[in-house]
Amino acid sequence: MIEWSPIILTFQLALITTVLLFLASVPLAYWLSRTNSKIKPVIETLVSMPLVLPPTVIGFYLLVALSPRNQFGAFLSQYLGLELLFSFEGLVLASIIYSLPFMVHPIQSGLTLLPDSIREASFVLGKSRITTFLKVELPNIKNNVLTGLVLSFAHTIGEFGLVLMIGGNIPDETRVASIAIYDEVEALNYSTANTYSMILFAVTFIILLGVYFINGKNLNKTWR
Amino acid sequence: MALIQIDLQKTLHGAGGDLSLDISTGIDAGEFICLYGASGTGKTSTLRMVAGLMRPDQGNIIVNGTPWYSSSDSINWKPQQRAVGYVFQDYALFPNMTVKENLNYALSKQQSQSMVTELLEVMDLIDLQHRKPNTLSGGQQQRTALARALVNKPQLLLLDEPLSALDPQMRSALQDYIIQMHKSYGLTTIMVTHDIGEIFKMADRVLELADGKIKQSGPPTILFSSQSVSGKFQFTGEVLSIVKEDIIYIISVLIGNNMVKVVADEKEASQLAVGDKVLVASKAFNPLIRKLH
Repeated sequence: MIEWSPIILTFQLALITTVLLFLASVPLAYWLSRTNSKIKPVIETLVSMPLVLPPTVIGFYLLVALSPRNQFGAFLSQYLGLELLFSFEGLVLASIIYSLPFMVHPIQSGLTLLPDSIREASFVLGKSRITTFLKVELPNIKNNVLTGLVLSFAHTIGEFGLVLMIGGNIPDETRVASIAIYDEVEALNYSTANTYSMILFAVTFIILLGVYFINGKNLNKTWR
Repeated sequence: MALIQIDLQKTLHGAGGDLSLDISTGIDAGEFICLYGASGTGKTSTLRMVAGLMRPDQGNIIVNGTPWYSSSDSINWKPQQRAVGYVFQDYALFPNMTVKENLNYALSKQQSQSMVTELLEVMDLIDLQHRKPNTLSGGQQQRTALARALVNKPQLLLLDEPLSALDPQMRSALQDYIIQMHKSYGLTTIMVTHDIGEIFKMADRVLELADGKIKQSGPPTILFSSQSVSGKFQFTGEVLSIVKEDIIYIISVLIGNNMVKVVADEKEASQLAVGDKVLVASKAFNPLIRKLH
C-alpha cells in the first residue's frame, strides 16, 4: 500500500496556488491589457521568465531571498511570523511565481481581443469599471479563464525542481508527489514510483482532455 | 435656448496625418441631426467626445445649462454620468447575454422592468428575447442595440453609422424604427451617416463636416443645390445613365428603388455624370396622385 499524503499534498498545493494565482493575475492581466506604460514590456518579460528559466534559478533566488539571514527573510519571520523556506506556505509562494505566465497570458490575451466598444457600451449605460469587468468582460473571456486555471493547476502538479530547491522532502509538509516519485526511485521502490506516476499521468490527462473538449465545443458554438 | 451647446477642439492623429477638429454648434431639443462628410473628417470623434468616450483638447459641452465638459473649469463628466444613448457601429452587444439580458443590464438601480418590456415590444424583439446576439441577423442585432440604448431613457441619442452594415430593405425598416423612437420618446438625436437618402428621410438638419470643421449646416437640401429649390415635390437620387436622343438628353435616375427618366438639355447634361447624386424636383406642374390597390 502506498502513502497517500504526497498525492493529497500535491493537489492541495495545486488548488491553493491556482486560487491565489487567479486573484493575483486578474488585476495584473487587466492592467497589462489596458496600459500604454513604458514599463509594460519589462513587466511582460518578467511574467514570462518562468517559461524559459530553469526552475532551479527561481528556486535559488527564492532560497537566498527567503533565508532568515537576509533582510527580507528576517523581516518576514520577525514581523509576520512567516517561515517560508522548507514549508508548505513557501511552496505556495514559489508555485505562484512559477505558474504566473500560465495564468496571466490567457487572461491578458482574452482581454486584449475583446472589442473596446463592448467596454464603452457598458460605460455609456452608466456601469462602473468594476461592474463592467465582472459582468461583461470576465464572462466573455471565460474560456481563457478556464484555460488559465487548468494550465496553472496542471503545471503546479508538474513542479519538481523548484520544490526540491526550497521545499525539500519533508513528509506532510513539502513532500509532494513528484518528489516522492524521485525518492522512491532512488530507494529502488519502482512499483511505488509507478503507482504515483500513473496517478499523476491519469489525473493530468483527464484535466487537459476536459479543457480541450470544452473549449472545442464552445468554439464550435460561437463560430457556427 | 439650445439644449446642447458644443464647442470642441481636438487634434486627432490618424493614418492620413493629423487633423485638427474644431466643431461649434447648438442643437435644439427634439432635433434630428445628421453628421455627414467623408471618412476621417471627425464625425465619429465628435460623437465620442459628446458621449465622454474621448477627451477633447479644449472647449465646452453644455447640456441643459449644465457643463458636461469645460476645459476652462476643468470639468469632465465620465460617460457613466452623461448616460447618453449610444449605438455603436458594430452594435457592441454583450455576447454573454441574451437580448433581454442585454436590455436588463442597462436598467439603472431603481428602474422597474417595465421599460425593458415596452422596448422589447415596440422593437419587435419579443420572439427573440431569449436568443444570444451571435444567433441574430444584422438587423435584429441593430434593433437590440437601439432598444438597449433607450432603456435608461436618455435625452440624447447618438448613433454612429448604425445602418451601414445592413442591406437596403433592412436599412429602410430600421430607419422607420429610429424615427419612431425619436418621436415617441422625445429624443434629441445625432446620427453619423454617409447615406444621402437616409439624411433626406430622417434629418431635420444636417451638419456637413470637412477637414474637421463644419462646412455647412441646414436642411438636407443644402447638400445638393447651391440655390435652394422650393419645389412642390422633390427627391434625391443617383444618375444611372445619360442617353442623347436627337437634341435632348434622357437622364435615368434611381430614386429609392424606382427608376425615373428626366429630360435635360445639353447644358444640364454636360454637368452630370453617371453616379452623381442629383435632386429631382418639379415646380410648375401639379403632380398627379392615384390610390394604389
